[in-house]
Amino acid sequence: MKTIILRTASTYLLPLLLLFSVFILLRGHYLPGGGFIGGLIASIAFILHGSANGQENTKTLLRIHPGFLMPVGLTVAFFSGIAGMVLEGKEFMTGIWFKDPLPVIGMIGTPLFFDIGVYLVVVGVTLTIIMTISESS
Amino acid sequence: MEILLAVITGLLYGAGVYMILRRSLVKLIIGLILLGNGANILIFLVGRIVKGKPPIIPEDSSTILDTYADPVPQALILTAIVISFGLQAFAIVLIKRAYKVVKTDDLDQMNTTDEYA
Amino acid sequence: MIFTILLCVIVALFLIFFGKKLKGSISYLLTLLPLSLFVYFTTFIGKIAQGEVPVQLFEWVPSMGIHLSFRMDGLALLFSLLITGIGTLVYLYTSYYLKGHTYLDRFYGYLSIFMGAMLGLVLSDSIMGLFIFWELTSISSFFLIGFNNHDKASRTSALQALAITGFGGLFLLGAAILFGFIGSTYSIQELIHSGIDFTESPYYVVLLVFIFIAAFTKSAQFPFHFWLPGAMKAPTPVSTYLHSATMVKAGIYLLLRFTPLLGNHEFWNTTLFTVGAITMLYAAFHTLFRTDLKGILAYSTISVLGILVFLIGIGTSTALHAALVFIVVHALYKAALFLITGILDHETGTRNVTKLSGLKSVMMPVAIAGLLAMLSNAGMLPSFGFVGKDLIYEATLQSSEAVLFTVFAVVTNILLLYAGYQVGIKPFIGTLPENFTSVHLPDKRLWMPPLLLGVLGMLFGLFPSILDNALFQPSLNELAPDSFVSPLKLWHGFTFVLLLSIVTIALGLLLVFVLQPSAVKELKLKKVDFLAPKTLIRGFANGFQKTASLWTNFFQNGYLRNYILTIILFLSFLIGYYLIHNVTFSLDFNSLLDLTIYEVSTLLIMVVAVFYAIFTKSRLAAVAAMGVVGYAICMIFVFYSAPDLAMTQFTIDTLTVILFVLVLYRLPKYLTLSDFKTRVRDGFIAVLFGSLITILSIEVLQVSHAGETKQFYAENSYVLAKGKNIVNVILVDFRGLDTMVEITVLVIAALGVFGLLKLRIRNK
Repeated sequence: MKTIILRTASTYLLPLLLLFSVFILLRGHYLPGGGFIGGLIASIAFILHGSANGQENTKTLLRIHPGFLMPVGLTVAFFSGIAGMVLEGKEFMTGIWFKDPLPVIGMIGTPLFFDIGVYLVVVGVTLTIIMTISESS
Repeated sequence: MEILLAVITGLLYGAGVYMILRRSLVKLIIGLILLGNGANILIFLVGRIVKGKPPIIPEDSSTILDTYADPVPQALILTAIVISFGLQAFAIVLIKRAYKVVKTDDLDQMNTTDEYA
Repeated sequence: MIFTILLCVIVALFLIFFGKKLKGSISYLLTLLPLSLFVYFTTFIGKIAQGEVPVQLFEWVPSMGIHLSFRMDGLALLFSLLITGIGTLVYLYTSYYLKGHTYLDRFYGYLSIFMGAMLGLVLSDSIMGLFIFWELTSISSFFLIGFNNHDKASRTSALQALAITGFGGLFLLGAAILFGFIGSTYSIQELIHSGIDFTESPYYVVLLVFIFIAAFTKSAQFPFHFWLPGAMKAPTPVSTYLHSATMVKAGIYLLLRFTPLLGNHEFWNTTLFTVGAITMLYAAFHTLFRTDLKGILAYSTISVLGILVFLIGIGTSTALHAALVFIVVHALYKAALFLITGILDHETGTRNVTKLSGLKSVMMPVAIAGLLAMLSNAGMLPSFGFVGKDLIYEATLQSSEAVLFTVFAVVTNILLLYAGYQVGIKPFIGTLPENFTSVHLPDKRLWMPPLLLGVLGMLFGLFPSILDNALFQPSLNELAPDSFVSPLKLWHGFTFVLLLSIVTIALGLLLVFVLQPSAVKELKLKKVDFLAPKTLIRGFANGFQKTASLWTNFFQNGYLRNYILTIILFLSFLIGYYLIHNVTFSLDFNSLLDLTIYEVSTLLIMVVAVFYAIFTKSRLAAVAAMGVVGYAICMIFVFYSAPDLAMTQFTIDTLTVILFVLVLYRLPKYLTLSDFKTRVRDGFIAVLFGSLITILSIEVLQVSHAGETKQFYAENSYVLAKGKNIVNVILVDFRGLDTMVEITVLVIAALGVFGLLKLRIRNK
């Protein structure tokens, strides 16, 4: 699959797709999208890059093993859950929000961070699975 | 349309069961995927299907007043789809490994674990 | 009070770490544990005789009203003194009896745990606490019976005892829960003072049955008695302590304890005196056929337990008084007889009564102990046994069925006298066989305890009022308040009761001279073994096990296919049964009218792809077909207002195909392994199941859909969670915890994949 066209295209596609995945993630609270879908799109971007340029290059590009994204994502999600408990003394997983909405993104609150955690976990899980399997075959 | 979807659900379930009952490992996985898809459609269907009314609140309103699709089964299915991906990946790798160790993909010859412990 | 129990547990724990060092000659130092506890308990005697009742309460599960509460009344004190008193002698005896045994530390550990549990049992006021200590005594008894764990018979007996007593324990738990349910407290005292009349309760019979099964199993009543002779496999100190003096009395204790709550009712009395009478006669009769000293003692113990149950069944204050006295009488003489048996076994190497004789010339102190114990056992003047037997006859004479009950009691006592004679006298008289000439008197740690017990049996007989004022009267006050019984006396003058006593002794002695124990008789009894409860219950247990293994082998046959087949067929049966009875087929074909060409073609593609995936012989084609099915489902989500699902399905489907392609050629070939017949059978099942699912989903669609949750989310997702995509709001906010767990599951799956593959590489 290492054709020149695909390799060239994937170099441009990777940032575009990643940008798109972040866009999907951030708009998820208002329009179709969210952490799961965003994460899956980002994974596909990396896998595409990997199949065009070789797994090793993608790994170098990532700098860290994708597996590390899993605990990071879980931690982010967990802390967004206890934020409401710590800051406002509410139940676990109660959302708290900033007063004013930000342009483009909308309201910023713990659910957004939770979604970011989901995003990171999904990227981590998918890339770990696919990369481990392709490495061993 | 509901009737057709019900038939499709039955078809997916039947096909899934048939494949799971085969002795070949790979067919087992195909069966699992088919069953998973069948379950998703079943949940989607019994949550009632609505055409062209996604459960998204319009920009200028704070609730939905019109008819709209039920968001609960959708949330359920969304997680089910992602989880089933994890399950399939794990099952495939497990089968690969089992195949390596036992050197057969006949499930009937895998019914003792003692020899490979 | 709790510290006494804790102390026992601490000593047991201490033995785990430092027990090895205690195995030597200093093991008798452990006797200090029961001795100090005994002294501690004696300090209560004065207080309790004056009517004080010390209590202690520790909250345990306050939300469910379960506490660890302890209460020291006369009855508890009586048992506590028995437990620690006999315990002291047994600890001392063991230090020589098992001298140098590899597991002596373990033995003392189990014994200490047992003593703690037994103290907890009698001191607990909470039924829950009582239950826990009850089970603890069963468990420690299990370890002690199976102490010679290299012996298969020991292990079997231990298991049998645990099975029977543990089974009874469950019923005690049931009774505890029922009491808590009716009286909304687990405290026995609170139940007594709650004013609830349990004999009027609709659950009275259930409560009775539960308590009876618990007590009868523990106290070896017919037909659960057979675990006790089996338990004689334990070392003799254990038989003395657990299976004669203390643990088997726990059932008696339970019945006494619940007398104020459940007693004085026809069911209570009739059941108890019937079971008690059967047990005492049956077991006493059995002693005639035994030649093993411990076997004789085991059956006579069962018989005595039967007498106690019988007395509780009569239920008058005299009968209860007699029961209390007889508990102590029996503990004293039976412990002595057991300890003597242990000495004989230890020194001569046999417990066969037909082989032992003439030993008095070599071990005089033991012979004296045997004589004293036998006197008390036979109820001769001036032993404590005489006082006990007097009271029993008095109780039976005052009962409703005076003649019948008195005859039962007399017959049992005659047979018991025979049993006592075989152990206490017979081995010591006659001529000394040649092979026993080298036998000598053992260490005083062995013969002192039985001698002391024998002397005590005489002492209490001469001065019965010591124990009566200190223990029996306060206990009786707990069991039957406001009742009056005449104080204990040795000599009542020439009465009818005395005549009965004389008759008993005369007939007993006659029996001793007429009947000799012999191996032939024992064999005769074996012939009717098939009728014994032991055989029947064992048969039942074996049958149960066989059925279970047949059942397991049938369903757990190791073929994945068969498991799935079982599940699917069972499910089909359930759904099919429901549908046959409830189906209301009313198909609405109108909805088919507004179908678009896109929908129809998507579905058609899907059908083709599914069939292709099933029937193709190529793996690649099957994977491709699965991809097509996935994308078709994605289209369905697009048509029916589920954009999020469509996007997810699309990406996941892509990833699945990638995954398959990556591993496809590493996977086994796509073989057809089953024969045609199997495939047709499976095809039929698949079609059946698929059709059922179709019909079921159509049925579900007929039911009107309220959609309350749907309404809730529509109204609140923006107001409460500030989001407009409701599906996403549910995932990250309303049901955030579920999503949290879900991503954790995903992580686990990824780690599983990683582990499975990387592990293989490292193995290389």
